[in-house]
Amino acid sequence: MTSRRDFLKAGGAAAVSAALAGCAAVPEMKKPIGRVIVIGGGYGGATCAKYLRIWSGGTIEVFLVERDPTFVSCPTSNLVLGGSRTMADITRSRDKLREYGVHIIRDDVRGIDAQKKRVRLTRVEDLPYDRLVLSPGIDFFFEAIPGLNNAEAQKRILHAWKAGPQTLALRAQLESMRDGGVYILNVPNAPYRCPPGPYERVCQVASYFTKSKPKSKILLLDANPDIVSKAGLFRAAWNQLYKGMIEYRPNSEVKDVDVRGMAAKTDFDSFKGDVLNICPPPRAGDIARPFITANNRWCGVDWLTMESTVAKGVHILGDATLSAPAMPKSGHMANNHGKIAAAAIIELMNGRAPNPQPVIANTCYSFVSDKQVIHVTSVHHYDPAQKTLVPIKPSVGVSAQRSELEGAYGWAWAQNIWADMLA
Amino acid sequence: MNRLVFAVLLAGGAIASFHARAQSADPNLGRNLGAACANCHGTGGHATTGMPALAGLPKEYIAKQMRDFRSGARSATIMHQISKGYTDGQIEAMAAYFAAQKK
Repeated sequence: MTSRRDFLKAGGAAAVSAALAGCAAVPEMKKPIGRVIVIGGGYGGATCAKYLRIWSGGTIEVFLVERDPTFVSCPTSNLVLGGSRTMADITRSRDKLREYGVHIIRDDVRGIDAQKKRVRLTRVEDLPYDRLVLSPGIDFFFEAIPGLNNAEAQKRILHAWKAGPQTLALRAQLESMRDGGVYILNVPNAPYRCPPGPYERVCQVASYFTKSKPKSKILLLDANPDIVSKAGLFRAAWNQLYKGMIEYRPNSEVKDVDVRGMAAKTDFDSFKGDVLNICPPPRAGDIARPFITANNRWCGVDWLTMESTVAKGVHILGDATLSAPAMPKSGHMANNHGKIAAAAIIELMNGRAPNPQPVIANTCYSFVSDKQVIHVTSVHHYDPAQKTLVPIKPSVGVSAQRSELEGAYGWAWAQNIWADMLA
Repeated sequence: MNRLVFAVLLAGGAIASFHARAQSADPNLGRNLGAACANCHGTGGHATTGMPALAGLPKEYIAKQMRDFRSGARSATIMHQISKGYTDGQIEAMAAYFAAQKK
């Protein structure tokens, strides 16, 4: 149901433009040279919307379509599971984007007509665009885990791989678990969102169990042959901080679940648990489906512009992209994708060639306890010969060891990247 | 001359001149490079909390820190790795961009 206030907030295109004329926060409106619609206000989309406005000097009209009222960060959301942070700590408003002249429309996208260059919305009239930016995040192949392929099962067995209500619900399941219970988490085959994420989650749950239910166990069923990211550092943390609590099983892809019996099944084994936390195989978010080019899952892009390889004028950011070599699906990368796209779109809309040599960087901090952190980092340059972004070898590295100093940097990273995209 | 060596030299020269051309031709080079620093150091180098702000620092100071991180003359948790991802020319362009931002 749409309240009158919601409707006014969402506005029609005309209503929004009219309202804007009287908005003091917007720098003097020049006649726009075109309109960009950004779908998805997460790490990629919000960044792109803000940078489009700043770097175009207000000459490009930017609409941000987003269904959720606030931004909830996936990075650092494992700390809510561990209990050292609250949802409020990882939630931010998008309202400040309006001060840059971004028109925020809270609505669900029904579809994209890339031929007619229109976005079909649910509550307000369709919006035409000159260029579209899609930052859709991920959705899942629930059908790959048959027992999980229905709404009832999905209420009982959570993925919590999108921060928000599932984060809180999983925390509640962990809180109500008996001491001596078993928590089972899986890792899908790479590539998936946030390579170190599952291993950090194990640390956070172990940190909570150590304090509150020390007889409990954790079973990590990994589809991959080894820990995908920061392997040595995670192993050291597990052995030194949570000795005997975590069982790690590589080459153990979860293929099904028994919801009634609360069991996770691999090809050969069945594992009973008290809390099952299952992330089905991920793919580009539903709204990006028409632009999926690889393996039924990911959207190929031109890394100079982030433009889809199959749809002119549609730029795709973040986890939904077919990743460049050694490029993680991370919020940090999505933020950098947003900046490549913003710079390129401004050049293209002004009839100029985009930057021929984008350079971006990644940093992922993982909390192995409530205070100690490890990182992985890399710088990626565009290689004209390979036509993709490639990591610069000497820049690729991890922490020498876990530390509280990096714990402070890790939390500061979050504050600064949230400000970079939203404030 | 060994053909492979010659090819490598040629390629190296081409990259160097390409870099030089890109720098002189693209007024947004420093801005675009510096945008990758903003995740930690803030939009335009205006860090909010817990990280050094870069906006308005002298160009030569920023460039020297990057070179020192790269060489190991200045120790770091992460910048010794990130700094190795940039050429001298890129460091100069980024440093000039941040130096030009208001504090």
